[in-house]
Amino acid sequence: MSGLLVGPQPAGERLLLKEFQALDPAAGIEGPHDLRIAKGKVAELAPAGSLEPGEGETVLAGAGRLMVLPAFFDPHVHLRTPGQEHKEELASGTSAAAAGGFWAVLAMANTQPPVDAPELLGALRERAGREARVQVGFFAALSAGLAGKSLAELVALREAGAVGFSDDGRPVASAALLRDALRYQRLCGGVIALHEEEPQLAAGGAIREGPTATRLALPAIPAAAESAMIARDLELIGAEGGRVHFLHLSTARSVELLAQAKERGLAVSGEVTPHHLILDEAEVSLSNTALKVNPPLGNEADRRALLEGLRSGVIDCLATDHAPHAPEEKELPLELAPMGTTGLETAFAALYTELVKPGLLSLARLVEALGCGARLYGIEPATLRPGAPANLCAVDLEARWVAGEDGWRSKAANCCFAGRQLRGRVVATLCAGRLAFSRLGVEVAA
Amino acid sequence: MNNLLGIGELERREIEELLALAESFEGIDLREVKKVPALRGRTVLNLFMEPSTRTRSSFELAAKRLSADVLNFSAAGSSVEKGESFKDTVLTLSAQGPDLIVVRAPWAGAAELVARWSGAKVVNAGDGGHEHPTQALVDLYALKRRMGRLEGLSVWVVGDIAHSRVARSLLIALQKVGARATVCGPPTLIPPAVEALGADVSYTLAGLQEADVVYALRLQRERMAELPLPSLREYAACYQIDGGRLAPGQLLCHAGPVNRGVEVDGRVVDLPQSAVLDQVRAGLAVRMAVIYALLAGGRERAAVQAVGGVA
Repeated sequence: MSGLLVGPQPAGERLLLKEFQALDPAAGIEGPHDLRIAKGKVAELAPAGSLEPGEGETVLAGAGRLMVLPAFFDPHVHLRTPGQEHKEELASGTSAAAAGGFWAVLAMANTQPPVDAPELLGALRERAGREARVQVGFFAALSAGLAGKSLAELVALREAGAVGFSDDGRPVASAALLRDALRYQRLCGGVIALHEEEPQLAAGGAIREGPTATRLALPAIPAAAESAMIARDLELIGAEGGRVHFLHLSTARSVELLAQAKERGLAVSGEVTPHHLILDEAEVSLSNTALKVNPPLGNEADRRALLEGLRSGVIDCLATDHAPHAPEEKELPLELAPMGTTGLETAFAALYTELVKPGLLSLARLVEALGCGARLYGIEPATLRPGAPANLCAVDLEARWVAGEDGWRSKAANCCFAGRQLRGRVVATLCAGRLAFSRLGVEVAA
Repeated sequence: MNNLLGIGELERREIEELLALAESFEGIDLREVKKVPALRGRTVLNLFMEPSTRTRSSFELAAKRLSADVLNFSAAGSSVEKGESFKDTVLTLSAQGPDLIVVRAPWAGAAELVARWSGAKVVNAGDGGHEHPTQALVDLYALKRRMGRLEGLSVWVVGDIAHSRVARSLLIALQKVGARATVCGPPTLIPPAVEALGADVSYTLAGLQEADVVYALRLQRERMAELPLPSLREYAACYQIDGGRLAPGQLLCHAGPVNRGVEVDGRVVDLPQSAVLDQVRAGLAVRMAVIYALLAGGRERAAVQAVGGVA
């Protein structure tokens, strides 16, 4: 159902990627290759050195050192459009995605107004078709106005192109409403994506309950705020059926509950963010509001459990939960600052630096988990296979850089990894054969 | 010392020097002219984003006794009510060139932000439930005065630990000077992972006899959405410090304001074994010492000058 995504049209330009280390674990492709790109597709994939540039073909030189990967898919971003364009716009958010190696992103519906009506969704998709630099799919709100009282027009929204339904940013507090949504899903289809947070347990909290919250006297959110809600909802899914995706898992218990639910045969899936895999509550300080995220950073045991969940496949995929905010909104005492970190431009490098380099995660699983979120929503993930749309990215694993050193493509700078020394960097991104991002000295078409 | 944002920034030696400096200032109160010219021409800005009577007046008086000019800014009736951000408020006030900003705000980390945004030196006069370092110095000063020592003292801090900046700063300070701390209160008002504060925990007053000092805390109801307790009656029955529970020889402390009949029986507040008024009196001398140490250059030199200039 490629109709779920909107964005730039396939390009006619012809490219030759010479001497790249290819890696596409799902397709069993690995090793030095040349790739020919034509008509927006991978036209040829051949052993390195075997393809010669044709007339009018632009050559990207991998020099045997750069890697080419299937481009990434982020199933959870906030593009803040409509209504909060001071934080992010379709063009800036998708430029950030391109710079991070993503060929497509799914945008959440908690905009102002929320995307809860087919007319709104239609207008937004049309706008994305003109402005977006990579492919974009849109969630629709699960409840009218994100108010958690009554269902949005789910059938009409699905027909207008919604990839799924989510009140992300807030939980579905009413068990009765969620039960209705699960039943109604038999009619409307689409994935129900849940932000799990027991509202009274989490009320007013700034960071995870634990030694840091106690030391800094910050209002805290217990781990059970997430897992208690997941447990409740799994009971409803067990009774009613339904296809449900759990957003941004952050606790060890959540991973256990997801594993048990999958064992039971429930149609559930889960995602984890780079920041929940890399950072923990011990790193939170009063002076860095970029680390104030929702759900809050867990403790070390949570972090290990999330990593193990990602390795084993209990957690299906990675998602950045890219959540841009304006500087003046984040430059507040931690208790008052809004939650969220940007993530699109640092996801690959942060995960490569902190997990792959130290041997905690294989590069193959990282590449897979950064791409396979597409399949959860019925979208074909990117691949290097000949004949497939040319959605791919080139990375330089030897590159050393400091996150944020050249500024950001996102409008926002609230990145939890800002200032970190990173290894590995995305150097080019192709979206349907079009160069959406390049630092290889080749111009990106406007 | 550039700022005093948290008590943890100070080494034990620095704490002891500040207490000694405070002692040298105490005599000023007995003079006919209760003022020294030490900080003539310097400006102290009191930036108070939440209500305070005793702390603000104590800082104001301390600065005036040192002959500094004092500017008071409170959130009520200010540009903050017109929507100005905390940062813009700080930048605007800093542009008037204060040498020292004393900041009180309802948010943890507020003083740290002021220090980042302003070129002035900064004293934290309470940031949410986080820290109140001058109160901890005041407490140490009063304890030392009354008990003759700090090392090895057993201090029980009883009440609402979770929301108390007084408790957080005091617990850190007690660790620094070699005293032992026990926190005591209902489990709903003792924060999880309280070991992070370096104290033992007791949910009942059994064992209170071993304390040299009993420090009662008020319920910080302004920081709670709902009281996480069945009733004040049940709280008082379990935790109120009264004549039966306070043993002879134990010192009673309280940072005020006191809610007589809740955390303490009114009668014990007035007993000779209560240090409550000593704490208030110590406030002035200790805050003079902190302001002086921050504005009059190096600590050692300051101490010498102060002793020389005041005695």
